[in-house]
Amino acid sequence: MDSRFPWFILLAPLVSAILIQLFTRKSRGVSATISVLSVSFTLIASLFVFFGHDGTSEIPWLDFRPAFYVPIGVTIDELSKLMLLVVTGIGTLVHIYSLVYMKEDESEARFFGNLSLFMFSMLGIVLANNFAMMFIFWELVGVSSYLLIGHWFTRDTAAAAANKAFIANRIGDFGFMLGILMVWTATGTVVFSEMQASLPTLSLTAGFLTLSALLIFCGAIGKSAQFPLHVWLPDAMEGPTPVSALIHAATMVAAGVYMLARVSFLIQLSATALTVIASIGMITAVLAALIATQQDDIKRILAYSTLSQLGYMICAIGLAAPGAAMFHLFTHAFFKALLFLGAGAIIHAMHHEQDIWKMGGLSKKMKWTSLTFAAGYLALIGFPGLSGFFSKDVILLAAWQQSPLIFILALFTALLTAFYMTRLFVVVFLGNTRSPAADHAHDGPLTMTAPLIILAVLSVIAGWSIVAPHALGETFSQAIETIEKSGGRIPVMILATGAFLIGAGASFVLYKGRSQEPVPFAPFRDKLYFDEIYAALIAGTQDLLATLARFIDQWLIDGVLVRGSSGLAWATGFVLRFLQFGNLQGYAFLFGLGVVATIYLLVFR
Amino acid sequence: MLSLIIFIPILAALAIFVGAPARKTAFGAAVAQFVLTLFAFLSYDKTIGKYQFTSVTPIVADWKLNYAVGADGLSLVMLLLTGIVTLAAVWVTPKIEKRENLFYGCLLFISAGAAGAFASTDLFFFYSFHELALIPTFLLIGLWGTGERYTAAWKITIYLGIGSIILLIGLVDLYFAVPEGFRTFSLIDLQSLAANGHIPAAAQSRPYLFLLIGFGVLVSLFPFHSWAPPAYASAPTPVTMLHAGVLKKFGLYGLIRVALPLLPEGAKAWASLLLILLVGNIIYIGLVTIAQKKLDLLLGYSSVMHMGYIFLGIAALNLVGVSGAALLMFAHGLSIAALFAMAGFLREKNPLLLLESFGGVAKSAPWLGFAFGLAAFASIGLPGFANFASELSVFFGAFKPGAGLVASNFQLATVFALWGVVISAVYMLRAFRAIFLGPPAADAVEWADPVKSLRWPIILLLAFLLIAGFAPGAFFAYLQPSIQALLPK
Repeated sequence: MDSRFPWFILLAPLVSAILIQLFTRKSRGVSATISVLSVSFTLIASLFVFFGHDGTSEIPWLDFRPAFYVPIGVTIDELSKLMLLVVTGIGTLVHIYSLVYMKEDESEARFFGNLSLFMFSMLGIVLANNFAMMFIFWELVGVSSYLLIGHWFTRDTAAAAANKAFIANRIGDFGFMLGILMVWTATGTVVFSEMQASLPTLSLTAGFLTLSALLIFCGAIGKSAQFPLHVWLPDAMEGPTPVSALIHAATMVAAGVYMLARVSFLIQLSATALTVIASIGMITAVLAALIATQQDDIKRILAYSTLSQLGYMICAIGLAAPGAAMFHLFTHAFFKALLFLGAGAIIHAMHHEQDIWKMGGLSKKMKWTSLTFAAGYLALIGFPGLSGFFSKDVILLAAWQQSPLIFILALFTALLTAFYMTRLFVVVFLGNTRSPAADHAHDGPLTMTAPLIILAVLSVIAGWSIVAPHALGETFSQAIETIEKSGGRIPVMILATGAFLIGAGASFVLYKGRSQEPVPFAPFRDKLYFDEIYAALIAGTQDLLATLARFIDQWLIDGVLVRGSSGLAWATGFVLRFLQFGNLQGYAFLFGLGVVATIYLLVFR
Repeated sequence: MLSLIIFIPILAALAIFVGAPARKTAFGAAVAQFVLTLFAFLSYDKTIGKYQFTSVTPIVADWKLNYAVGADGLSLVMLLLTGIVTLAAVWVTPKIEKRENLFYGCLLFISAGAAGAFASTDLFFFYSFHELALIPTFLLIGLWGTGERYTAAWKITIYLGIGSIILLIGLVDLYFAVPEGFRTFSLIDLQSLAANGHIPAAAQSRPYLFLLIGFGVLVSLFPFHSWAPPAYASAPTPVTMLHAGVLKKFGLYGLIRVALPLLPEGAKAWASLLLILLVGNIIYIGLVTIAQKKLDLLLGYSSVMHMGYIFLGIAALNLVGVSGAALLMFAHGLSIAALFAMAGFLREKNPLLLLESFGGVAKSAPWLGFAFGLAAFASIGLPGFANFASELSVFFGAFKPGAGLVASNFQLATVFALWGVVISAVYMLRAFRAIFLGPPAADAVEWADPVKSLRWPIILLLAFLLIAGFAPGAFFAYLQPSIQALLPK
């Protein structure tokens, strides 16, 4: 492998984004072609890199050595190789799919330009060899997500969702940056490998390690939409569906998990931090799954499902099992991208209808879509033999071995997952069609179905032992093997299958043949009122403080102190006597006075 | 060369006063000045470092008063900023209805004064050039301003007048802090005197406080900030660009150039006070900015807020922090100039600039939406723009401050500063959304992109932000040796 390949992978989408933004914004076809070519190139180059050697290369970016040094550097190791495949592979499929999906959109060029910007940012996170560079691309990913959520910016909801996503991420990044700063003060470096080498040699207090690990975790809370910052992800569904598949299901939201896996050497130094991380992950998994059971918008159901699955991954990080987290990230990327693209095909066929109760009977109308969707659905709920079954199993095992409480919650989430996904599948694909749009729905063209078929195949086989260990690399595969051998395999498998059967069966019985929600439950439907609570909190703190500060500024500092204080009032009168606006002599006099005073003070004193 | 950069605008202004075509002459002078600053920047020999292009003309030999200019890396970055923003400001100036020649003449005097202050190596001229730039600023606001221009002009005059006097007292105090026989106006000589310990530590505290408050008033350090937002809101667009973008940096430049090297003990003694005030700039003013309902005031307050970050870098008294602050001066100057320039475009059709009166402007003015978005994201510190690279350096510099400072205080201030990054995202994205996104306002005017020729000044500003953002090292290579020489050993 040429050692320049990782740089080409990083730069190709940047070049594409710049070309589109500067030169081809008016030409939709050319823009789309450039973007698709660049992403295909990154996929091919990533394959070369995948089968090549590990290595690192860097160039200085901020160089204040010895005090402070930030390079722009690329690292190729097992972790980044795996992530490169996921990002460029799904990226390529989504780009191709978008050729059809966005064809009618008048801003297609802008869409593909932003998609390329996203690929650049995401690949930067994947390749980064240091914390500061990762933070740079972390922020850029936030912006490309902002731009793509707000693609249809004349919709107020889209503009609001874009803002919400960016600000929630920035709140997380507040902690993230602080964590980076803390680790830097201790180790004197931001480069991962140097950090890893120097941490054991330092005698840092447990409190310091816990605090810095948790602050860094804040970054993941924002980016991977964990409780309590999870609220932005469901709203992010305002973006075009290919964006939801690529960014808000398969790759960007998984960046938090990837980052934690990258610095697991640091996180694992604090048992307290691990416990907190596992708990946050599990809370997110359960809450999101509960909310998902009562949503009616097909994309929102999938969005809450994504939150819930990300919770699993984060929980695995907290269980000190980054291998299990990355395994689930890997399989989830395929089946969740598949589910979103399938949902996109349905939405496209139904003229932007997203309410599952308006669908129904689509298995007869959209053969390929329903077949592939079924594969993704079964993989997600852990149908034995499919990819999700294997990856979820490892996380459940790790929980079984470490914490009964987390295991029970994880099992409960698995049951809920089977429940809400079966509800979705039954309502959308079975029974009779429930709207004229559903009557006329049909499969998309080959450019749309081909990505679905490829992803369906991957969703089925990604967990098999002929695929997973090679993709995950030696270290993670061995770690997973260790977990599997550490006991509890049979009971966990039985319990997991039982949960899957109960959830899916109950849901099938409950929703078969229904044309409306049989058991409405407002708290779950209304997302447990997080949005309302946050709105009240923001109004009660930030907005109140802002109004108060504005008032103080206007009336106290400016009004009373400045105009009212006797000294300034005197000065005002004094100066005003000489100044009339538009009167040049006044200024000239003041200036002259200043000069004379200076000379007097300096020379004659 | 440096004298040319200072006097070309002055000569052009004089020519305009005696009847040369105002806009053309001003534009020509701005182009010449820009090209010269760029040329000086590129021809500076970084391997030698120190002051180059020096020239000394004795004025009053007995008092050791000289007209002396010279530029190190720090001055050159500031001069380049002056050149870029002056050109952009003259470029975007709309048709001036009354006394066009006086308007352009004053504008050029601001630029000349700023350039003179940045290029002077003599304390007397350093101060006087700034005064030279202030007076036309007052005039321009009073005569060509909009809205409550009289109040605004009145307030900025009083404030900056008093600030200048406090600064003058501080400079005089500094002059007399040097033992008799060594006293001089030459910044270069003073610097070597200070390096050799000729300015006693005990005598540094008082003049530093005067300088801090004096410069602080000029830079809208909390709580001496209330002149800035109304002045920027009422001033004609090019004046706001020049003052917020360039002239206001004089105070920060003065702290780095004069206060730090000559009064390092004073800087350490007053570090805690500065930290409290700058957190006021970032958090308190940040909150005030969130509550703003008009774009011009919002930008004015945001500019005040961002001064807090620059103060934080300077307060850190180390190479990383102060260099970061210096680059942030450059970055902030360009981004705020771009934002105010585009606010000027918006003002032409919507004079009140009330945020809620806009909506969906990006639909019919996509270029403006794109460019404003870039500048807005630059100002809230997005990577890729110079603002990010410099803020990052400020944060890292402040987290491990220089010797003799209490690290935990600085770390606490950095925590506040990082929260400020969230605050600025809140107000900037709110404003951007209110103006450019969402459905077009019901009774809105017909928006259109600015004509091609008016896009170039914006592109110029954004291009330099991106260059310094992608390759901050190229600028730090100028700043580092200069700042290293100015820092206490």
